Amino acid sequence: MTAEFSTFINVGERTNVTGSAIFKRLILNAEYEKALDVARQQVENGAQIIDINMDEAMLDSVDAMRTFLNLIASEPDICKVPIMIDSSKWEVIETGLKCVQGKAIVNSISLKEGKEQFLHHAKLIKRYGAATVVMAFDETGQADTQQRKVEICQRSYKILTEEVGFPPEDIIFDPNIFAVATGIEEHNNYAVDFIEATRIIRETCPYAHISGGLSNISFSFRGNNPVREAMHSVFLYHAIRAGMDMGIVNAGQLEVYDQIPDELREAVEDVILNRREDGTERLLDIAPKYQGDGKAAAAEDLTWREQPVNKRLEHALVKGITDYIIEDTEEARLAAERPLHVIEGPLMDGMNVVGDLFGEGKMFLPQVVKSARVMKKAVSHLQPFIEAEKDGESRSNGKILMATVKGDVHDIGKNIVGVVLQCNNFEVVDLGVMVPCATILQVAKDEKVDMIGLSGLITPSLDEMVYVAKEMERLGLDLPLLIGGATTSKAHTAVKIEQNYHGPVAYVPNASRAVGVCQKLINPESRKKYEQELSDEYEKVRAQHARKQPRSRPVTLEEARANAYQPDFSVLPVKPNKLGVTPVTVELDTLRNYIDWTPFFLTWSLAGKFPRILNDEVVGEQAKELYADANKMLDKVIADGSLQAKGVLGLFPANRVGDDVEIYADENRDSVIGVSHHLRQQTLKDKFANYCLSDFVAAKDSGIADYMGAFAVTGGIGEDELAEAYNKAGDDYNAIMVKAVADRLAEAFAEYLHEQVRKAYWGFAPDENLDNDALIREKYQGIRPAPGYAACPEHTEKQLIWDLLDAEKHTTMRLTESYAMWPGAAVSGWYFSHPESRYFAVAKIQRDQLEDYAARKGWTVEEAEKWLAPNLDD
Amino acid sequence: MSSDKQHALLDAAAKRILILDGAMGTMIQEHKLEEEDYRGKEFADWHCDVKGNNDLLAITQPEIIYDIHCAYLEAGADIIETNTFNATTIAMADYDMEAQSKDINIAAAKLARKACDEFTAKTPDKPRYVAGVLGPTNRTASISPDVNDPGKRNVTFDELVEAYIESTEALLEGGADIILIETIFDTLNAKAAVFAVETVFDKRGSRVPVMVSGTITDASGRTLSGQTAEAFYYSMRHVTPLSMGLNCALGPDLLRQYVDEISNIAECLVSAHPNAGLPNEFGEYDLGAEEMSEHIKEWAQSGLVNIVGGCCGSTPEHIRAMAQAVEGVAPRKVPHFEPKMRLSGLEPFVH
Repeated sequence: MTAEFSTFINVGERTNVTGSAIFKRLILNAEYEKALDVARQQVENGAQIIDINMDEAMLDSVDAMRTFLNLIASEPDICKVPIMIDSSKWEVIETGLKCVQGKAIVNSISLKEGKEQFLHHAKLIKRYGAATVVMAFDETGQADTQQRKVEICQRSYKILTEEVGFPPEDIIFDPNIFAVATGIEEHNNYAVDFIEATRIIRETCPYAHISGGLSNISFSFRGNNPVREAMHSVFLYHAIRAGMDMGIVNAGQLEVYDQIPDELREAVEDVILNRREDGTERLLDIAPKYQGDGKAAAAEDLTWREQPVNKRLEHALVKGITDYIIEDTEEARLAAERPLHVIEGPLMDGMNVVGDLFGEGKMFLPQVVKSARVMKKAVSHLQPFIEAEKDGESRSNGKILMATVKGDVHDIGKNIVGVVLQCNNFEVVDLGVMVPCATILQVAKDEKVDMIGLSGLITPSLDEMVYVAKEMERLGLDLPLLIGGATTSKAHTAVKIEQNYHGPVAYVPNASRAVGVCQKLINPESRKKYEQELSDEYEKVRAQHARKQPRSRPVTLEEARANAYQPDFSVLPVKPNKLGVTPVTVELDTLRNYIDWTPFFLTWSLAGKFPRILNDEVVGEQAKELYADANKMLDKVIADGSLQAKGVLGLFPANRVGDDVEIYADENRDSVIGVSHHLRQQTLKDKFANYCLSDFVAAKDSGIADYMGAFAVTGGIGEDELAEAYNKAGDDYNAIMVKAVADRLAEAFAEYLHEQVRKAYWGFAPDENLDNDALIREKYQGIRPAPGYAACPEHTEKQLIWDLLDAEKHTTMRLTESYAMWPGAAVSGWYFSHPESRYFAVAKIQRDQLEDYAARKGWTVEEAEKWLAPNLDD
Repeated sequence: MSSDKQHALLDAAAKRILILDGAMGTMIQEHKLEEEDYRGKEFADWHCDVKGNNDLLAITQPEIIYDIHCAYLEAGADIIETNTFNATTIAMADYDMEAQSKDINIAAAKLARKACDEFTAKTPDKPRYVAGVLGPTNRTASISPDVNDPGKRNVTFDELVEAYIESTEALLEGGADIILIETIFDTLNAKAAVFAVETVFDKRGSRVPVMVSGTITDASGRTLSGQTAEAFYYSMRHVTPLSMGLNCALGPDLLRQYVDEISNIAECLVSAHPNAGLPNEFGEYDLGAEEMSEHIKEWAQSGLVNIVGGCCGSTPEHIRAMAQAVEGVAPRKVPHFEPKMRLSGLEPFVH
């Protein structure tokens, strides 16, 4: 098929965060040098165009696109080829177009949002001088049949060439390649639909091109590469003849058409061309024969039950199947000399396979946690027999103490790391949450642990970790110290923690890194080497950090205040319908519809936007399963009431005084019941104001009657008890799931309550009508910033919310000494109603504001330094 | 520019090789102007030195600029370039004169307009045209100013667009018939200029012809930002230019092969206005008018060009010699190619 290939353009796809886990990790860690290497290799390996995609929830995609394209511009061996700017967000595409001097391709636009937007984008693309991919997508959805594909592409072509004057040769249609052989009859004709549509589009839309993402076609044969590769080349063979002349193809995943065994090619061709009704079954039948690595075929069957018991145990562990684990373990025990040998033999072997697959990126986190559940079941079956022998000394890789530090209650991430470590035969001593330093060190001594792992989510926990490190030094320990959790970072570890402790300190960015780090630290020989590597690396990070110039010039507090935001108060603030404090209860069934699922998948290290992630090529299958499990959990807690949501809100007369907001008992506005303190951005702003949240409230001396609100909600009443119950039953998976779901319910509650506030309690937007997607994208009037986050980063302000709302009484929610909320699944914050109010990040503040803030809070400067540490220059 | 006038321009281009003017800076230099001459009475009290701000002369020494335009028209130029190479707000920042950018562009276009109208009146069969010049600015949108920080930029696309919109509007207001985006060494800057020009056209509801001229900086055959001539053309052809060409940096001997390259692929007129050789050790250009016109004549006879003129170091004498040299030589025939997707990075890619 070389002749056809000569006219076929292959687009490199590895610089795509949604398609390449490696590239995503590099970008998330801002390892741009290595990310450039990925791009360079692609070009060296013959990619004629490279696709760049930064659509990832954890990323500022606009910034990442700009940064990466600017860096590429300085690499002649990369930027010699044209760039394909790939994003589902127009903003990201437009940013990309402003960074490339060459003529690029936009990927993609479509009629999905209607003709007007399509026209607008196409005109701009023409003005920027780029070609564009057009998806076969319109107002009613994605085209699946031949007729719809042709119709939409022809309509798009007509609009582009006749109304925009877009050069037809610069149009690339993507008529959607969907999976075939899924077992669903309607899918059987998908490949034929694509191929035939391609033929007609090429005939009726002169000079336009056809492209597509090839790997989708074989999605249902994931795990069976020989069959997938055969499907790819058969599909291409026919699609290219019909006129497909571009595509995103992994050249490594392509069998040479002529070298496909006849039987397989025949069966694949039957499926691709939909030549017989039983095509899928026949391909499924022969597929295992061609499986290269000897593992079970993708098609579900029970043939694995016929294998020897050790293989069955391995299979159950890898697949996370608990159904037969007790009987298989028992069979292995009867065959073994001693019960302990079952753990050390087949079970550990199986877990090693899991560990390897995870390490290679072939298994995903939820699968590993399920494997652990199987392991625990097996071990708990063996435990009585081992104890009966009175020689229960099982040899583990090492013993690790794990704790969420004092003042912090967040433990989902820590629990996941614990499970992954257990899967790799580490013994984990988990002290839970809010663990004081003294307890950590005492247990470390008593239990003779090999290392200590600390976790935390809120910013004050960073200081607590520094304290633990200092105490370890004072007491003369030399155990390795591991640092992890959402607010921790390599920079913080290097600058603040490592220098306080002479023993090894390792920052562990995510669960998949934990095993490697622990293994290196547990072995005395590798520990020495790794210790040196770590301290060299941190030395470098410190040097980099010291060199780092502030991105923008700081200004004095006075200058910042002179550039305060001045919203338009010509329309007077709306008086709330219901002033004062109101407790709120709501059914979980209602909240369910307000859940933003995307962060849920991130908790489990599956990245991608919901609902698209469910059909993602790499993690889609896992995501679907996880989503189903989460919904099962929701069904359960709704049915038996084991989780509950409680909340409280308050709306008060309020006016701004300086950078503070005074909150009044009533409309007389003479009795101040609380002062909400806010911080102001203090870097030089060219085109924007130096924002402070209080700017959005009318000043006291303006005479305008304004208002402010506060709320505290939880979706986690009962979460700890329920998680504990699962833990006791050896079900880590569901223990973590409970918390992950409760977390989403809390966020959903905050979203729901905010809507109620806008429409009813306060009522400044009574006619608002937004769907959940629009809510998630914050398309509404007003904001609800949370203390501890970017716009109001100082945590102690939560105390004021608690006092104003009497939150503990109404909801049983409490604050820890670090001002973390308990239960962990909780959200609290302020309500601002002004239409111009917006989220922003305070970021770094200067000495003058620190002192000013301390004075306003009645603190010493040292106290202020403690609570504002993340916002101060180091 | 009226459609009649545009037709006349295209008709003329179909029949003969059009003549562009020569250097402005070289001609200004001969007047040996001092600080106070630059300031004039308008900017006598300006707070910083303005000597060297040639574009300001459109306001403070208008007769000098006007005379230079007339000298080139006299020498036979069909198209003269406004004295606005550095007149964008971005380049004017060197003299703290961002706010004067608009007035300078308008004044410069009016001077060229007046000169052209006078010569057109004298020889109605040979109408003369004003090309409003958009220079490259002194910043680069795709090259880092700091070798240690390759991702850094000292100007953004949006800032360039804003500056070019202001200049374009002012040039058209002052009477420019054509917009000439020239001495392009960073294509991204030029793409911002195209974006600006198209935005202005859209707003006005009418277009004027656009000429595009890039600069190959050295014998590598690439622009400063690294593109080959062909890749550069593909990056710029969406403006459907009247002409595509090259100017500055090189003398005609070294420039020829790249003009040839453009000539083979451009589906529009091809222009070239080389330097009068390379600068000697005193920074002077010493390729004489006769010698330069011989090169140009050979280009014309080889069918490479439709529009010729001079850049740094050239004088009315050069232009006169050039006009005589190409007289009667048929212009390059504009080719037609099958529509294909023509993309580029630093290098071209056709599919």
